[in-house]
Amino acid sequence: MSRQEIKFTGFGGQGIILVGYILGKAASVYGGRNSTMVQSYGPEARGSACSSQVVIADGGIFYPYVTNPDILVTMSQEAYSKFFPELKEGGILIIDEDLVTLKKTKKKMTMFSIPATRLAEKMGRKIVANIVMLGFFAELTQAVSFEAMEQAVATSVPKGTEELNLKALHEGRQYAQNILQAGKKDN
Amino acid sequence: MSNDREILTGEHFMNGNVACAEGAIAAGCRFFAGYPITPSSEIAERISERFPEIGGIFIQMEDELASMCAILGASWGGVKSMTCTSGPGFSLMQENLGLGVMMETPCVLVNIQRGGPSTGLPTLVGQQDMMQARWGSHGDYEIIALCPSSPQELFDFTIKAFNLSEMYRVPVLVMGDEVVGHMSERVVIPPKEKIKLLPRRMYTGPPEEYLPFKPDKDLVPPMVIAGEGYHIHITGLTHDEKGYPEISAEAQKKLVPRLVNKIKKNADKIIEIEESNTGDAEVIVVSYGISARTSLRAIELAREEGIKVGMLRLITVWPFPEKRIYQLASKVAGFVVPEINLGQIVYEVERAAKGKTRATLVPHAGGHIHDPKDILQAIRSTLK
Repeated sequence: MSRQEIKFTGFGGQGIILVGYILGKAASVYGGRNSTMVQSYGPEARGSACSSQVVIADGGIFYPYVTNPDILVTMSQEAYSKFFPELKEGGILIIDEDLVTLKKTKKKMTMFSIPATRLAEKMGRKIVANIVMLGFFAELTQAVSFEAMEQAVATSVPKGTEELNLKALHEGRQYAQNILQAGKKDN
Repeated sequence: MSNDREILTGEHFMNGNVACAEGAIAAGCRFFAGYPITPSSEIAERISERFPEIGGIFIQMEDELASMCAILGASWGGVKSMTCTSGPGFSLMQENLGLGVMMETPCVLVNIQRGGPSTGLPTLVGQQDMMQARWGSHGDYEIIALCPSSPQELFDFTIKAFNLSEMYRVPVLVMGDEVVGHMSERVVIPPKEKIKLLPRRMYTGPPEEYLPFKPDKDLVPPMVIAGEGYHIHITGLTHDEKGYPEISAEAQKKLVPRLVNKIKKNADKIIEIEESNTGDAEVIVVSYGISARTSLRAIELAREEGIKVGMLRLITVWPFPEKRIYQLASKVAGFVVPEINLGQIVYEVERAAKGKTRATLVPHAGGHIHDPKDILQAIRSTLK
């Protein structure tokens, strides 16, 4: 597969940088592909729009930044407003449906939504909403194998929280599988 | 204290600054003195976490002058030492960098460049310290500077920097930049036995015959460790072979040209470059650090247009590979030199080309990396 550009966005404190890191690690350490992750780096504080950018490719990655993401994941309204114009024509938009209200769309795009934060709250820990989203993302996009993603999650989250985070990853995957199943039935 | 935490053999996904810290640890660095400054701080942070578990000494100093001085002292105490900085911190380290050159003290200084002048762009990229790396301290001297383009190279080149500093008894600069420092990629840390380390060049003869600044054939004098029975004197003043100050034109003539020549005359051994498709190239892009990666993207685009473009990536920026640039100069329509500054290394390329061809700068004022299209445009223009 050629170069894929992915951008995770949300607000500071949601673990947006961590999911970018986990995806990059899954692709390059456990998934047999190459990957570069850069994060928006500035005086942003908790609560303001932030993003992590991941490039995945089978060949070398020269230019490290994401200019027009093939896939944009957004977990806050502010981040949606700020980053949506960058989405590539024909790209995939993934949102947390409780946190983002769509104001505009593009002619050619595919949109998936998940109540990631609500699902995490149901698990008893809102803090794993980012990992629920990552599981959803992984299943929908197949950017890396799910096994690689599991390994990357297990080796990146704080010790003692591996089980919780893997459960969150599966929660997101399950939600995606349900959507895909429902979609097939509709056809 | 020695244990298997020293070298984290395996495949990691880490940012360049963390990789740099791991490279230092793998090279045997066990003394770090620094003053945190963005965007280099993760190096100090990582070292401060890692040193307690492997028996290293980390000191957060009062400023950059003291940081640079402390690593010189530690080196004479027999330990491999390092500091890291950026922007204004690099300026503050210049005086004692010169002291390190004069006292022929092995050590490593990492500069994760940000945009300047002054406090400039603390969180954003620049490559504007390249000439300061060469000429920043007063007086005549030669220095070694390496330019990494990826987190893996920040690991590898930090080890290389320690080896070169021990080999030539000179402070070695690792000239990274904010993007390379902060990007995360796969970093492979080899097993301990695969990491090649050069030991310090030690004098082992009788103390009464030891002259600390009497050079070997390659112009580099062997060293001793303070406190092991050798009475020595080291100073920033011009000195004789004993290390005693001698303020005369004769002593100066004996000392300073040797400090310069130990690098110049060994330049062929020190210099590393990476070339691709330079054999039949009409245009050659000369670049380094993060800009070399942006250039590779531009080269892909140019090849799609059928332009024969080659690449010469500077791994060693100082000493400069002037012989190779001169060889290539008569074969191409021009050099294209993208750098995140308003013109520094391009002048060196121009000097080395000696009028055989032209060198075109692709400038960037800093704060971001080049748009590959700007480099492509310069490649096209070179052939017009």
